[in-house]
Amino acid sequence: MTNPPATSAPGLKEWLLSDTPQSAAQARCQRLYLAWLSFAANPIAMLGLAIIVVLVVMAAAAPLLTGGDGTEQTLSNRLQPPSGAHWFGTDELGRDIYDRIVWGARITLYIVGLVGIIVVPVGLFVGTVAGYVGGWVDIILMRVTDIFLAFPRLILALAFVAVLGPGLENAVLAIALTTWSPFARIARAETLTIRNAEHILAAKVQGASTARIILHHVTPLCLSSVIVRLTLDMAGIILTAAGLGFLGLGAQPPLPEWGAMISTGRQYMLDQWWLATIPGIAILTVSMGFNLLGDGLRDVLDPRSGGSS
Amino acid sequence: MAPNAGGVKTSSDAAEQDALPVPPSPVLARVAAIAKHASSILLTFIGLTAITFIIGRVMPADPVLAIVGDRASQDVYDAVRLQLGLDKPLIQQYLIYLSNIAQGDFGTSIMTTRPVLDDIIRFFPATLELATIATIFGVLLGIPMGVLAAVNQGRLIDHIIRIIGLFGYSVPIFWLGLVALLVFYAGLGWLPGPGRIEVYYDGIVETRSGIILLDSALQGEWEIFRNALAHLVLPAAMLATFALAYIARMTRSFMLDQLNQEYILTARVKGLSEGAVIWKHAFRNVLVQLITIIGLTYASLLEGSVLTETIFAWPGIGQYITTSLFNADMNAVIGGTVVVGFCFVGINVLSDILYRIVDPRAHD
Amino acid sequence: MTTPLLSVENLSVSFDTPKGVVEAVRGISFEVGQERLGIVGESGSGKSQTGRAILGLTPGRVSADRIEFDGIDLRNAPARTMRNIRGRRISMIMQDPRYSLNPVMTVGWQIAEAYRVHTNANRREAKQRALEMLVTVRIREPEKVYGLYPHQVSGGMGQRVMIAMMLIPGPDLIIADEPTSALDVTVQLQVLAILDDMVRDRGMGLIFISHDLHLVSSFCDRILVMYGGQIMEVLDTGAMHRAEHPYTKGLLNCLPDLARRQETLPVLERDADWLLSRDGAP
Repeated sequence: MTNPPATSAPGLKEWLLSDTPQSAAQARCQRLYLAWLSFAANPIAMLGLAIIVVLVVMAAAAPLLTGGDGTEQTLSNRLQPPSGAHWFGTDELGRDIYDRIVWGARITLYIVGLVGIIVVPVGLFVGTVAGYVGGWVDIILMRVTDIFLAFPRLILALAFVAVLGPGLENAVLAIALTTWSPFARIARAETLTIRNAEHILAAKVQGASTARIILHHVTPLCLSSVIVRLTLDMAGIILTAAGLGFLGLGAQPPLPEWGAMISTGRQYMLDQWWLATIPGIAILTVSMGFNLLGDGLRDVLDPRSGGSS
Repeated sequence: MAPNAGGVKTSSDAAEQDALPVPPSPVLARVAAIAKHASSILLTFIGLTAITFIIGRVMPADPVLAIVGDRASQDVYDAVRLQLGLDKPLIQQYLIYLSNIAQGDFGTSIMTTRPVLDDIIRFFPATLELATIATIFGVLLGIPMGVLAAVNQGRLIDHIIRIIGLFGYSVPIFWLGLVALLVFYAGLGWLPGPGRIEVYYDGIVETRSGIILLDSALQGEWEIFRNALAHLVLPAAMLATFALAYIARMTRSFMLDQLNQEYILTARVKGLSEGAVIWKHAFRNVLVQLITIIGLTYASLLEGSVLTETIFAWPGIGQYITTSLFNADMNAVIGGTVVVGFCFVGINVLSDILYRIVDPRAHD
Repeated sequence: MTTPLLSVENLSVSFDTPKGVVEAVRGISFEVGQERLGIVGESGSGKSQTGRAILGLTPGRVSADRIEFDGIDLRNAPARTMRNIRGRRISMIMQDPRYSLNPVMTVGWQIAEAYRVHTNANRREAKQRALEMLVTVRIREPEKVYGLYPHQVSGGMGQRVMIAMMLIPGPDLIIADEPTSALDVTVQLQVLAILDDMVRDRGMGLIFISHDLHLVSSFCDRILVMYGGQIMEVLDTGAMHRAEHPYTKGLLNCLPDLARRQETLPVLERDADWLLSRDGAP
């Protein structure tokens, strides 16, 4: 999402705001543009977006932003307080904490992204099939969804990791297993409202298969609410991942995972406060960024649900 | 239509679907509704046990080893293997598992060598105490904050409360706990450190409910009561951060919804004061919706205490589960998970029932 | 017409919306005495906002040269004064009892509350008064209805409860904002008859807001026809045939008439030129 380039601005802007779109593509672009305008008018949401953009840039440009990969130890240089040379100080093995925070952004994004990639298709699949097909399929799928929904998330994730063994991938899997159910609920609710819409019936009359209708006609309409929910859930995912990392069940050393960094920093808390404090602030900032962004997206896509008007 | 046109086969379907032509007696309808509700709760409980069964017995390569640990003798190994019925088909194993749970048998913990249920009974009150106090904090602060924000929508106070709420939503609680310990215990020395009570008070108060505040108060040990309370402040405040954020946010959004309703205008037309309009009329409606939210918060604090208990060395169920996890004590982990899961569902069921009692629209 | 109870001069109500300022009411003036004044207009004509502005209950911005009720200036009256006037002196009946009654309180309690706000009556006295009031609005089993919740009563009964609630403190002026539009046709007349009796017996002033010109003309003494936030025409109901304004005529003609053969009903004519431009802009 960027502003239109300045050179073609007048023409493009006119095209985007024209009352009579010439094509479906133009209409879609117009909708996106209007949504973007109302999103951009919300400073809190923009702050959230800015935080996420910084996170992504940090993760992408980690090699450029740091001197190494965040795992080089310089034992002679351990537990140094923040200074010009080490902005956030060094840890118990003499690793630069700034480097580790920057590289940790990659891990955070990796976790969040992977969970999203698993959870959204699963939730969409279960929800749209249950909602569109109905009957016994609906009852069974929603029973299963409700059971996962009823289960306490962190405890379930803990139990999963206990069996699968600690590690980044297993943590992702455990979080995904405990996160997909609300998406199925949302997708089902959306499907129920559009199941009997004219254009779906039209596709049916034309002989489209159930699979085709679900994939091409129902799923796209469920996407926007699912994406809002995903953004709002991101903070929860990050916090759960950090919690697992803190307990030593997530990313394993020497990976610079923020939750695990807090866990090691804990032992040095009294004398070297920066070890645990800095990664905590990083987690707080990123999860706040996702929450702000999610709130903003919800205000744009669903104006009914409050927010400051 | 001939009287027997529907036939016997569809009569039960018809009773449920077209209630209109021949309304069933209200008592029957009530019973049917309760039965339907109860069966769905039962299904959820069974689902919970099925998931834990899969986690504990199906997923591990060797469930017996996961339960007895790798230092157990061959005799113990064989005995447990026989007891679990691992030679039998999976579905039968599950039924054995289910009937054991129904009898309160979660197996024995390797770590404590006691039955898991006994351990849970010993550890649970600490968690209950923590989560209860935190929920009370969250309710007492979160509700007025949410109402205040809604009434002043868009003004400075609304933004401040919104940011406090977002903070509570976004902060890693275990980190906040560490920082709070650093500041209030190590730095300022205002509050005691980790633990539930000072070591030299240990064992003075006779354990009755397991909730130290209650036991010490009942036995008139006020010094111990104060000490326990001081220990409780920080961990409860950490948990309450989340509760407060969630409750304030939901209260604000419910309140905004209600303030836009027509009956609010009616109340104002009647000449009621703004206070009466907000607290008597709007809030009564908000409270009905909040019951579910408070139930959810309480339930999630029971499980959310896992990390807080670790930080504050709080001997509750969360710490029990995590410690067992590191000692590869599968029975304890699964048992703890089942119990917390049951409480979670149970609290939600209770809040649902309470909601039905309080909301007049849910009566018929 | 007797001495005016309420006089309104140059009343305007405007709203700030994302698309700019919308003027719902544009400088209208009228007086009401112990009479029945009808305000007629289609939706968006500003008739409801006029009623709410008098009570100081519109979220929009209100300006007026004068809003005077029984010698009290309502324009900048302190909140306390307004609260003493609302319900006690001027009351308002709203459109749909499904939304205008608090869903989690019994209807009886809500009626009694309206009485207790303005009197020192204790709970028992208030309940007694509320029960009497329920009888007055012709509810047969007042004791039973008293304990019902709004979702348990029918629309017609709900609106009678609303009337009871709004009349129990004995106001001098009552604003009825589309009081029968949400009801079944069969119930409409009953509710109107009750309202009619009560206004007559108690000698109240009534402002009857509706989109239905025929209904209003059968019910009121005088009619203000509003369009686009302005008053188009003031009519005595005895002289409806003398309506001059094309908009009023349009409203009168868009009902089928059995005595006259008409192939098609005329489309309601609207014209921006009718709106007097104030400060140069329409």
